[in-house]
Amino acid sequence: MTAVTIYVPGDAAAVAVGADATAAAIAAEAERRGTAVKIVRNGSRGLLWLEPLVEVDTPAGRIAYGPVGAADVPGLFAGGFIAGAPHPLGHGPTAEIPYFKRQQRLTFARVGLIEPGDIEAYKRHDGYRGLTAAIGMTPAAIVECVTASGLRGSGGAAFPAGIKWKTALGAAADRKYIVCNADEGDSGTFSDRMVMEGDPFVLIEGMTIAGLATGATQGYIYLRFEYPLAKRMLQDAIRSAYEAGYLGADVMGSGRRFDLEVRMGAGAYICGEETSLLESLEGKRGQVRFKPPLPAIQGLFGKPTVINNVITLASVPIILDRGAEHYRDFGMGRSRGTLPVQLTGNIKRGGLVETAFGLRLRELLYDFGGGSLSGRPIKAVQVGGPLGAYLPESRFDTKLDYEAFAGVGGMLGHGGIVVFDDSVDMAAQARYAMEFCAIESCGKCTPCRLGSTRGVEVIDRLIAGDEPVKQEALLRDLCETMTHGSLCALGGLTAYPVRSALDHFPADFRKTAAARARG
Amino acid sequence: MTSQTPRRVIPNQPEARSRLNDAELAAVQNACAALKHLPGALLPILHAVQDELRHVPKNAVPLIADALNLTRAEVHGVVSFYHYFRTEKPGRCVLRICRAEACQSVGAAALEEHAKRSLQVDFHGTTADGAITLEPVYCLGNCALGPSVLVEDRLVGRVDARRFDDLVADARKAK
Repeated sequence: MTAVTIYVPGDAAAVAVGADATAAAIAAEAERRGTAVKIVRNGSRGLLWLEPLVEVDTPAGRIAYGPVGAADVPGLFAGGFIAGAPHPLGHGPTAEIPYFKRQQRLTFARVGLIEPGDIEAYKRHDGYRGLTAAIGMTPAAIVECVTASGLRGSGGAAFPAGIKWKTALGAAADRKYIVCNADEGDSGTFSDRMVMEGDPFVLIEGMTIAGLATGATQGYIYLRFEYPLAKRMLQDAIRSAYEAGYLGADVMGSGRRFDLEVRMGAGAYICGEETSLLESLEGKRGQVRFKPPLPAIQGLFGKPTVINNVITLASVPIILDRGAEHYRDFGMGRSRGTLPVQLTGNIKRGGLVETAFGLRLRELLYDFGGGSLSGRPIKAVQVGGPLGAYLPESRFDTKLDYEAFAGVGGMLGHGGIVVFDDSVDMAAQARYAMEFCAIESCGKCTPCRLGSTRGVEVIDRLIAGDEPVKQEALLRDLCETMTHGSLCALGGLTAYPVRSALDHFPADFRKTAAARARG
Repeated sequence: MTSQTPRRVIPNQPEARSRLNDAELAAVQNACAALKHLPGALLPILHAVQDELRHVPKNAVPLIADALNLTRAEVHGVVSFYHYFRTEKPGRCVLRICRAEACQSVGAAALEEHAKRSLQVDFHGTTADGAITLEPVYCLGNCALGPSVLVEDRLVGRVDARRFDDLVADARKAK
């Protein structure tokens, strides 16, 4: 009798709600019943409210059950889940779950599908086809392909990747670098983590292609310490890639070298800013650099450096494999391809939604997300991390597109959406934005270093009702100074959440102390 | 001065070495010997020392500076810049509570209050019995299943006050 394959995610989010215990319970129960099973620890499918999401491989495809706690396991076996039988926890074929079916997965094509550490499984699922194509191309042709795809940096600034690569290709130097920014510090985001834990080879392949395209021979993945599992998965995958000849002195027999190493950050949000990250990689305090020179011309150790986000680099293999047009045909306007949205916070069905640009916020919040987790009305959503604007209901028809978001005074950033119900106090959120900036400021420029601390104080006085009209004017003036006077996006964008809270939720700043105490 | 001349640095105080115990000295020396050849070696060395000793002793700074041909000020500057590095030994278990927005939206502030009250410490503090050090953290990447807590390097989601108390009890039992 052949063993039935059962998938139990090993992704950190799944494990955080008990996937390890579930896997152990399945193994124990199968043993007790004498049923042959093979448990595969896959990445997460991104339907996070169903985690631990267990899938059984049947002739009719993979059948989903979730959330499966360890205590549910004996009942599932008794109910015949091993054959894919219906069950109160069952959701039918995973691919048919509407949340999943409505997505267009390009970058996340393999995440959750395969065993992440298995290079053979990666190759069976179209892995290393992009690199194979790239090896047969000139560097300029690879860069042209990435440019033509319309791929933009997904770290926040949305800069066209091909232009960065072209600059680095054109810079003459004895050594160039590819740096992956895996310092995913924005609250409400985890798409980088899901790729690194669920499909690490796609990132390695993307970085290798970037190396071939620009003439860089050394890559670094700068990873935050908060992601210990991603660290292990990446290190194991890099080792396998070296053993299989996909990294090292002779990448796939091409005679080209590309080496890759993981470096750990140390809990500084600012190191997600590209020049701070480079300082940190050089072993220094993560302080922002002046630009120019651009990193693509003088980056790590003064050498030309391509620095891109995880999702950006992980999107490269499929572009090289299927061609620039395939990717570009998704999306709208100047936002081409897909955007992995992370639906988080106070939301009933939180998870990862990768679709073409152009979906409306409202569709995401209600059709995908099912409204708030608490069941109360959604009051505000913050899009784009701690430096993103708070948007009220009147803005929920905004389309997910870089330019459309800029049009409503927001930004898409890294695609994180944090949902708040009507119990949130927006004055407290504005205060937190300033407090966060004060904690994480690198200290290099004055508007950010001092402005953030003064900002907390002004908001405190405003909330206390101490000359509120004057304080609000002062706060807006401070926001202006920080926006235009800061060196980087941390100080420059902290005004977004603060100002949007003031504009859209003025009543929260005028509550009396008594009302505040009542909540 | 030609470009080949090594940078001149102020000599380190030799007695610093003697203020580290044998285990600490070995950890620092091993980390330096194994990693100092790396480009940008300082963070990897600090990580290796903290992985081994759970902190970076103040007296390790001159040794690391010496190994990398940096000034003590430069090394101290880096240690103190990053929230993760600590110069005092923590409790047996470091517990990090996420304070970021996604966790706030599902009750992280209440959890933070509960944690501080029940452990009778503020952030960065260690409980009287030396079992637990409480730290804030800004996003653990578990934003759809918050509030989130990192117990050493184990991520736990959907943490309410009761679940938090269980985690603390488990941590206290573990030696």
